[in-house]
Amino acid sequence: MAAGAASGGSATTDTYKEARTWLLMPAWVTLTILVLAPVLMMLVYSFLTKEFRGGVIWEFSLSAYDQFFFDRGLFGDDPPKIEWTYITIFWRSIWQAGAATLLSLVIGFPTAYFIATRSPQMRPVWVFLITIPYWVNLLIRTVSMKFLLRDEGPLNDALIGIGLLDDPLRIINTNFAVQLGLFYSYLPFMVLPIYAAVERYNFALSEAAADLYASKWTTLRRILLPAIKPGVVAGCILVFVPSMGSFLAPDLLGGAKNFMIGSLIEEQFKGNAGNWPFGAAASMILLTMVLIILMISARQQAKADRA
Amino acid sequence: MSNNSFDIRAYTGFRAITFLCLAILYAPLVVVTIYSFNASQSLTNWEGLSLRWYVEVFTGPESAKFKTAARNSFIIAIIAATTATILATLAATAMVRGGKFRLRTLSFGLISLPLMVPEIVLAVATLIFFNSIGLDRGLLTILLAHIAFCIPFAYLPISARMQGIEDSYEQAALDLYATKRQAFTKILLPLMMPGIISGFLLAFIVSLDDFIITNFVKGAGVETLPTAIFGSVKQGIKPNIMAISTLLLLVSIVMVTISYLVSKKDNTK
Repeated sequence: MAAGAASGGSATTDTYKEARTWLLMPAWVTLTILVLAPVLMMLVYSFLTKEFRGGVIWEFSLSAYDQFFFDRGLFGDDPPKIEWTYITIFWRSIWQAGAATLLSLVIGFPTAYFIATRSPQMRPVWVFLITIPYWVNLLIRTVSMKFLLRDEGPLNDALIGIGLLDDPLRIINTNFAVQLGLFYSYLPFMVLPIYAAVERYNFALSEAAADLYASKWTTLRRILLPAIKPGVVAGCILVFVPSMGSFLAPDLLGGAKNFMIGSLIEEQFKGNAGNWPFGAAASMILLTMVLIILMISARQQAKADRA
Repeated sequence: MSNNSFDIRAYTGFRAITFLCLAILYAPLVVVTIYSFNASQSLTNWEGLSLRWYVEVFTGPESAKFKTAARNSFIIAIIAATTATILATLAATAMVRGGKFRLRTLSFGLISLPLMVPEIVLAVATLIFFNSIGLDRGLLTILLAHIAFCIPFAYLPISARMQGIEDSYEQAALDLYATKRQAFTKILLPLMMPGIISGFLLAFIVSLDDFIITNFVKGAGVETLPTAIFGSVKQGIKPNIMAISTLLLLVSIVMVTISYLVSKKDNTK
């Protein structure tokens, strides 16, 4: 790695220029067939008519989107009212994901900063410690969280045991449990980009601010934060986006009252509701929201790079 | 320098929060590992150390189900990770050693697409696609879906590694009348090995761990470890689930550690 680092490490060369089409072809074909085509097919399905017991009838229809946004009564001939059920579920997902992102930022930022200011030999070790849990099965992590937080679980036992509590904290099946689960699922995504940004930050700027009698917190707020903003934004997106569409944390930690988009979509394909076009439409709405967020952030990132 | 109160880089409380962060990350895993050795039938009481739940995993009434699920999981992970690693290595060579070309940005977008699309959306899309082309759900559909989402996980460490290798080694080989193919297989590929191994292991873990997409595209009665565990957990957490979890946790940690150690190794000297 040392040799590469000396030359900047990111040089692209054209040694295999003639072969590049053939080298890329397998990945292109695989991803086009297995990712791009399915997403397009899902778009088509969202405009089809539902078949009872799953599947679709090949007949154009807007009813999936209509059902999402409007309530036309039991027989479908009442004047349309806004249907709040699904909008509420989306809103709850955004809110939960936002809370989890905030929680991750509050814990993740100081952690990332602390790691980035360790000695260069120790930094990879810290990063490794933070990333290990991410590679452990998400299902197992969520189940472990549930086990730990249960009313009769080890956390409550310990708190009651040392006399801090008389009655167990009822965390499971609350919004907070879901936020905690999401936070736990995606925390490394917050830490890593902020860490990378702080590591590149030139601390001479902070020293200059200190020389001019800025307090430490002023320096942090006015000098460091603006400089590492792209890293913070990237971290927030990397936590927010998967949180919004998550399924396991709300399903296992939240219970039926704390339904999120992921569960709504899953139910259309697995459960009794069995409305494929509606599930496809809900997925399209989620995907559109995510793509808008990614596009806005990419544009801002490009703007920041030019400045 | 780090304990100097005049150090402008140090903020009070940041160290404490870092340790809190590690505690939150590891506490659930540690607790489950400890309780998997609990002798008690109940989840709540601690009745001393025992291996009975591990014995139960391998010989108990559910052992046949979990054995089949584990076999499915490992077969799919090995094939999916191998395929994804080969595709990613070829693609990385074109992206890093193929000069500038018009489709480069687009290709990168396509490769990272599985990371940008929310997993549940990719699951729905894949299910709909297999359904519309009339492919019956089963091991094959799981495998195809896994190959697709493993590609970016294999690609990222491989291309990072290749960017760190100067092309002077290959140029020297070419100057000495090696063919392009020889320069690739005899010089670049061995230098890339740490990145390739690391990419393979990450893809392997990601495949082994996947629940959401597998749950959508698996046929009735076909289970992988995560879907079998999820099915069991739905009826309540049982001690044997904690033993299985601990075993899987061990597999993940061992593989990530190998991947970390291998990727740190510098074989360009």
